[in-house]
Amino acid sequence: MIPKTSRRHFGAGVAAAAAAALALSACSGGGDDDGSVEITFLSTSDEDNTALAEALIDAFEAENPDITVNLDGRPGGTEGDNLIKTRLATGEMAEVFNYNSGSLFQALNPDQNLLELSDRPWADSLTDDFTSVVSTENGLYGGSYGSSFAGGIVYNGAIYDELGLEVPQSWDDFMANNEQIAAAGYDPIVQTYGDTWTSQLFVLGDYANVHAQDPDWADQYTAHERFYADEPALAGFRHHQEAYESGYFNENYPSATFEDGGAMLAEGSGVHYPILTTILSSIRFNHPDAVEDMRFMAIPADDPQHTSATIWQPDGLYIPNTVEGAQRDAALAFVDFVTGPDACEVFIEAVNPTGPYVNGCELPADVPPLVQDVQSYFDAGNTAPALEFLSPIKGPNLENITVEVGSGIRGAEEAAANYDRDVENQARQLGLEGW
Amino acid sequence: MRRERTMRWVLGIAAIAVSIVIFIVPFIFIVLQAMKTRQEASELAFSWPRQLAFVENLIEVITQRDYIVARAFLNSTILTVASVTLLVVIAAMVGYVMQRRASKIRTVANFFVLAGLIIPPAVVPTVWVLQTLGLFGTLPGLILIEITFGLAFSILLFRAFVSTIPRSLDEAAIIDGASPFRLFFAVIMPLMKPTVVTVIVVQSVQIFNDFANPLYFLPGDDNATVQLTLYNFQSQSSNQWNLLFMDILLITIPPLVMYIFFNRQIVAGMTSGAVKG
Amino acid sequence: MTAATTEVRAGRSGKARTLGVSRHAYPLWFYLPAAVLFLVFFAIPTFASFYFSLTRWTLFDQEFIGFENYVQFFREPQLYQGFINTLIYGFLTSGMKVVIGLALAVLLTSALVGRHFLRSVIFFPVLVSTIGVGIMFKALLDPFDGIVNGALETLGITGPGWLTDPDLALYSIIGIDVWKGLGIACLIYIAGLVAIPTEYYEAARVDGASKWAAFKSITLPLVKPATGTVIILSLIGGLRSFDLIWATTGGGPGFSSDVIGSVIYKQYQAGFYGLSTAGNVVLFVVVTVIMVPISLMLNKREVEQ
Repeated sequence: MIPKTSRRHFGAGVAAAAAAALALSACSGGGDDDGSVEITFLSTSDEDNTALAEALIDAFEAENPDITVNLDGRPGGTEGDNLIKTRLATGEMAEVFNYNSGSLFQALNPDQNLLELSDRPWADSLTDDFTSVVSTENGLYGGSYGSSFAGGIVYNGAIYDELGLEVPQSWDDFMANNEQIAAAGYDPIVQTYGDTWTSQLFVLGDYANVHAQDPDWADQYTAHERFYADEPALAGFRHHQEAYESGYFNENYPSATFEDGGAMLAEGSGVHYPILTTILSSIRFNHPDAVEDMRFMAIPADDPQHTSATIWQPDGLYIPNTVEGAQRDAALAFVDFVTGPDACEVFIEAVNPTGPYVNGCELPADVPPLVQDVQSYFDAGNTAPALEFLSPIKGPNLENITVEVGSGIRGAEEAAANYDRDVENQARQLGLEGW
Repeated sequence: MRRERTMRWVLGIAAIAVSIVIFIVPFIFIVLQAMKTRQEASELAFSWPRQLAFVENLIEVITQRDYIVARAFLNSTILTVASVTLLVVIAAMVGYVMQRRASKIRTVANFFVLAGLIIPPAVVPTVWVLQTLGLFGTLPGLILIEITFGLAFSILLFRAFVSTIPRSLDEAAIIDGASPFRLFFAVIMPLMKPTVVTVIVVQSVQIFNDFANPLYFLPGDDNATVQLTLYNFQSQSSNQWNLLFMDILLITIPPLVMYIFFNRQIVAGMTSGAVKG
Repeated sequence: MTAATTEVRAGRSGKARTLGVSRHAYPLWFYLPAAVLFLVFFAIPTFASFYFSLTRWTLFDQEFIGFENYVQFFREPQLYQGFINTLIYGFLTSGMKVVIGLALAVLLTSALVGRHFLRSVIFFPVLVSTIGVGIMFKALLDPFDGIVNGALETLGITGPGWLTDPDLALYSIIGIDVWKGLGIACLIYIAGLVAIPTEYYEAARVDGASKWAAFKSITLPLVKPATGTVIILSLIGGLRSFDLIWATTGGGPGFSSDVIGSVIYKQYQAGFYGLSTAGNVVLFVVVTVIMVPISLMLNKREVEQ
């Protein structure tokens, strides 16, 4: 639970007070005379990830006694995006860090800032889907950090069994289920706007359904030819508004947090939670008994034949290209270890997989039902990547806009139009054509 | 007369009661939360803990993430002491010369003091300046920033106070052969003690509690300040209210001690400008 | 605190006396350290911001794009709301600090029982950091578990979602801001009140003036410098403020408690550095346009007296 950052940082703080130059050099450790090397791994500092990162470091250090890996924590979300960019731009990045693949990865200017990794032994074992979201035209920049995951509706299977409900194939079926659930005295839909990012799933998790209707949508969206204000993409906003108006939300939805949402789901007071399947790690951490009750379904489309699961690729593991010498070798060894086959077991033990792995690791036979559900969408060929892996455009205000829809402040169409305007900033920042 | 005295008592007791509800209860709440277990703290109730976990929480907050809170305390202390010391000297020098000597520079300085009060600092260009100087993300860089942003207000206080010091003192010292340097540091500075104390208290609290500037100009865990640990802590463990409130409790202690220590002088310092002004 | 008045008066008496002490007693190099810091870390960034606001800047590279950022900034769908919120926030917090601060200061300089205790207590919130206050009030004002609504419930009232109701969030934050900043306002007023010679009140009492009349014709005019200081400090603070809002609602729910400061911060976070800087310039103009006339007016009145 407690990351073991090195004591060295303590010294760095004092040195910084004495001299700026000293502090700068003290920030990144170096090779010592006796051949040992110290590197820092920057990772998100939530409880379950910290446990994972420590397990990985322990296993790695056991095999590489000369290398010491210090764990440094960072916040997630936009706060973390900002920190990563600033530290890269100022040359103060840790030797290894994990960060989103896809559009956020592209925003790091990989060609300019990251070490090219296509000659590593694991490069060929990555799935094509993952390779494409950690690569630019000029090369491959990321190892994989964990399993893929899905975004849709995580639900409490025990209550489905109790009420004899079937997994809904269309949006109307879903609402019909909600009616029965409400009649039985449970909260049909869990919403948690105390953590605003959780409000985006009705829209983001609906993308596979858009993709099923129109596979070219993402490319045309990037070219500024398609909009959220129009169907089929409007459906995500529309469903969110319908869900709000139906009154099916838990009473404390404006202030509840992601952890509260997990608790409601695990305790069975709430039944459907539109969220990422990574919630399974949090549930395993806080409510281990409920893991077997957790199930997954894609967000149902209006037309059942379009219903498919939206899939997120795992984070990439990157090395800044400013890292040199013994530290570079150590950082490469660490990435090789984490992405390579030796770490499969550590991942499986430390956190539940939340979907298939992308680096050739096999899912164990006894995965929880939720992961089997995700896998069944893959087996049926009913998946599509999330939009952020197909288009570089994602507006920073989506989470606030979807909170507006889910709180009845704004209707779906106006909100979708506002979001179309919000992404303009991002598109122009990237210098895309057509904006 | 008698009626007035009863009024005073009734009003006084009523005021004390109201102030306890409005100002003291929230602080008791902080302490109570900091004493509870994680489970119980999440109820957010205003109640005596069923199970005391004060020591456990204290140890966990201090030791977690390799003593980051302790390191942050050290960083914040260095930041506050260094910034405030320099700020007092630099601002007092300006306030003194500004009040004593009319010149074109004074007109310019007046304008800049006003500008410094009004204009919101431009974050991104400041980052750029710090980077150019190699000071971005370093404690010395942030110290210089804090001094700069505190100048305008401190200069105003010093200037107001200097006007209450009679010029005849300056004249006497000069006649005794004191250099301008000695005049200022050996004669004027000691006389300005009330304002010095006020500036020290106000600016220490301000800088120790500063959140936005370290957030922008001192990113990274290496030299986190106390407010940043609290902020990060909040975003990472939203449901560990007990530890969150223990952290708040810990970082409120230094300003509180400072205030209790200087309580009387601070009012005197604020008043001095107005009394004789 | 009453800088402007003292300045004016000292100026008058000063001129007559300058002859006495040689100017060399007050070396101009005393300005130097402050001037260097101010120039490097304030003036240059402020001027540079005009240039940066005309660029598209990603930290990795930059490109000159003219006024596009300004066009884009004013197209932000939520900007209008944020602008109105900024004005409401600035003027309401400032006004409440003046009224409540003065009332409390009058009370606390009277022969009230326990006034020393009260003075200390009111100042306590000033000592807690904004982030700490934000977290504390999030807990206290929680719509379901918070003790505020818990207390209301015992009175049979169902408390609102203080920070989660879009129509209420901004006003709740304003309340928290006043709670936190009242100590300073009150302190400044106490300093001003203590300076009023007690003979004035005695004379008024001899003339048979009521307490209210004495307050209106003696206290109010004579604490004007203090009022000026409170207005200027709290209005500037209020118009620029974003950290309390950020710590309590993050500008939400949705955008309902966004102010210009939080819009700028969100753009900065998203990496739109040029756009965010353009917003900073806009905020600079807004604050200046509001503050310059107000501070001129307050200064002028003092001179007239």
